[in-house]
Amino acid sequence: MSEKMKTENLHLFYGEKEALKGIDISIGEKQIVSLIGPSGCGKSTFLRCLNRMNDLIKDCRIEGKIYYNGLDIYSPSSDTAKLRKNVGMVFQKPNPFPFSIFENIAYGPKTHGLRNKVKLQETVEKALSEAGLWDEVKDRLNSSAMGLSGGQMQRLCIARALAVEPDVLLLDEPTSALDPISTEKIEELLLTLKDRYTIVIVTHNMQQALRISDMTAFFLLGEMVEYGETTKMFYSPQDKRTEDYITGRFG
Amino acid sequence: MKNWKSKIIGGGLRVSAFVVLLILASIILYVLVLGIPQLKPTLFQWKYNSENVSMMPAIINTLLMIALSLTIAIPLGIGAAIFLTQYKKEGAVVKVIRMTSETLSGIPSIVYGLFGNIFFSTYCGLGYSLVSGALTMAIMILPLIMRTSEEAFLALSKGLEESSLALGAGKLRTISKVLLPSAMPGIISGIILGMGRVLGESAALIYTAGTATGMAESLLSPARTLSVHMYALTSEGLHMEEARAVAAVLMVLVLIVNFISNRLGKMVGGKNE
Amino acid sequence: MKKEGLFKFLFAAAALFSVLAVVVISLFLFASAFPTILEIGPLNFLFGKIWKPGNDIYGIFPMSVGSVYVTGISILIGVPLGLFTALYMTYFAPKRLYRVMKPAVELLSGIPSIVYGFFGLMVLVPLFRSIFGSGKSILTASVLLSFMILPTIITVSESSLRALDNSLLEGALALGDTKEKAVFRVMVPAASSGILSSVILGVGRSIGETMAVVMVAGNQPRIPGSVLDGVRTMTANIVLEMGYATDLHREALIATGAVLFVFVLILNLSFSLIRRKK
Repeated sequence: MSEKMKTENLHLFYGEKEALKGIDISIGEKQIVSLIGPSGCGKSTFLRCLNRMNDLIKDCRIEGKIYYNGLDIYSPSSDTAKLRKNVGMVFQKPNPFPFSIFENIAYGPKTHGLRNKVKLQETVEKALSEAGLWDEVKDRLNSSAMGLSGGQMQRLCIARALAVEPDVLLLDEPTSALDPISTEKIEELLLTLKDRYTIVIVTHNMQQALRISDMTAFFLLGEMVEYGETTKMFYSPQDKRTEDYITGRFG
Repeated sequence: MKNWKSKIIGGGLRVSAFVVLLILASIILYVLVLGIPQLKPTLFQWKYNSENVSMMPAIINTLLMIALSLTIAIPLGIGAAIFLTQYKKEGAVVKVIRMTSETLSGIPSIVYGLFGNIFFSTYCGLGYSLVSGALTMAIMILPLIMRTSEEAFLALSKGLEESSLALGAGKLRTISKVLLPSAMPGIISGIILGMGRVLGESAALIYTAGTATGMAESLLSPARTLSVHMYALTSEGLHMEEARAVAAVLMVLVLIVNFISNRLGKMVGGKNE
Repeated sequence: MKKEGLFKFLFAAAALFSVLAVVVISLFLFASAFPTILEIGPLNFLFGKIWKPGNDIYGIFPMSVGSVYVTGISILIGVPLGLFTALYMTYFAPKRLYRVMKPAVELLSGIPSIVYGFFGLMVLVPLFRSIFGSGKSILTASVLLSFMILPTIITVSESSLRALDNSLLEGALALGDTKEKAVFRVMVPAASSGILSSVILGVGRSIGETMAVVMVAGNQPRIPGSVLDGVRTMTANIVLEMGYATDLHREALIATGAVLFVFVLILNLSFSLIRRKK
């Protein structure tokens, strides 16, 4: 199994405050990696480093290295737009653009220069099918995405991210705003996507991590305490803190 | 423990609200009830003469004035709003910009009229013309468009911007293809309020666009708008019936403008919930 | 990337346009007004009691007094009426009534000045004539203006009342006050800076109003003896004479506008000071 992304001694500062304190992680291709930990532990911050979304935040500074396919993503020659095309992201709150379903999906490919109408049509259908949404929306591609249910919106956002053909998908608590049935659908979807994509997911829900992920990383106060195979980590944690967190939460 | 003091206060509040509604209702009813019977086809003949006292040229001039002043003010207002919400949110420059736009919104229309007369009509040599009036009106409605556009951008969820950037889009593309269309309903309701301002304005236009009765044939022809027309008719005192008719037409237009901007406002409000 | 920079520059230019506009407006008004005021003599101009363009006598004191009277009385009528309405809308109005009142207030602010003036001329002037014996007067103009500032007072007061923490009211109610008293004892003082802003904005609107005032105030350029006398405001002075004025007369009207502009700048300044305090 080859390595898709890697960080080396990654530190992140908001002004004076150190939010990530030297993270070393290696993410293998076509795996699902869960990031767990209490609120404010730095797991979302870490996730946002992987496609440079933290660039938007003022006074945010990064030290250390992040590699995608062996290339340093913070090197001056790295193209942020291209990186974000390859490393897609889905956010906590479903946030479709207030456009039609079709335009939502087509936005990304158009951004990267796809103009051909037939090809666009194909891409949209493919992305929606991959996200398991095609059958539900194929008859109303031109109606507004704002009319979808919360779960459908989130799958639309996943489809939107897939439409630019990334190979890594970052998900920041994608189901925390959804009901259990929609959550289950998304989890099933992620398991089918695993064949083609590398997935990194931040989750508050430990059963979710256990159900879907191959590897799990436990974050606490800006440190990565433990990283390993999910089942191992949940049933025989190496670190006392991991154990406390897992048992405390399971009880 | 209701006592007589509270009852008086409560009564006073209710009466005030009633008086306000009464004022509005009596103005609208007075204008419409007395004005609508005065409407007759000759008032809408294409050319004005002292026989028909047609308001048609004024209506066309008003539409031209609205179109032209919005064409100038909209890009400036939206551009400024984009700068203040997407590029530079604080700092000395931003403070100065906000202060000046507040100043602009406080300047009385007659002072705009004076300025337009000195600067556009005289100094720039544009005379009493459609373009002098439109430039003056553009500056006058700029703060309104700027403020409503700013609010529309600020009301957008941060997620829209992030999603677009996460798809690899640049800042400019994110603004032009995602944020601007998403903010459009709010911006349009501001634009419609701006239309209402131009429609109702007279003091700033009398000495910039002039009071000539004809229809504007070019940007440099004088153009009496509907409100100015109404002022002219009333102050001359010779055509009070026609003035009533113009008042009714103005009122109906104002009602329409308000209705549309209200509807749009609700649409924007509903989406954020 | 070049395109990004170009557009950032364009957006910045659009934002700076309003600065440019204020600078140019000030420049042209004052560049014309200063020499004129010096020529007439600052004291003669500002405090001269006679305005006779035919004799080249330009004293705007009667007009300043007129503006102050009309504005002051309109505030005296409009502020209580507007504030009470805002209180009613915020705390007492049933939802269905509120849904009628809110757009009604917005509509009130959308009615053109000229239509207000027309209504004043056709309704208020005859009405006041039959009651007080004089139709076009300070009183008529003030009443009409108080109608026109209502939306400003109501909207700004309401939003500052709504910005207050509801627990304030609940606290007062818990102490056994009736809602009516609690609103006046607790909420009005708590929202006082917002209410004051609404008054300042109202003054600005009132002092700058032209077309409505010109139609009902009588427009005599002399210092009024009572509220039933006719009066000419600074705004009316400009709009009435600008059409035919030339030379020094024209310059004197522009100077009148500059004085009005300074009035408004002072108002704006105090408005932003209040807001900063908040």
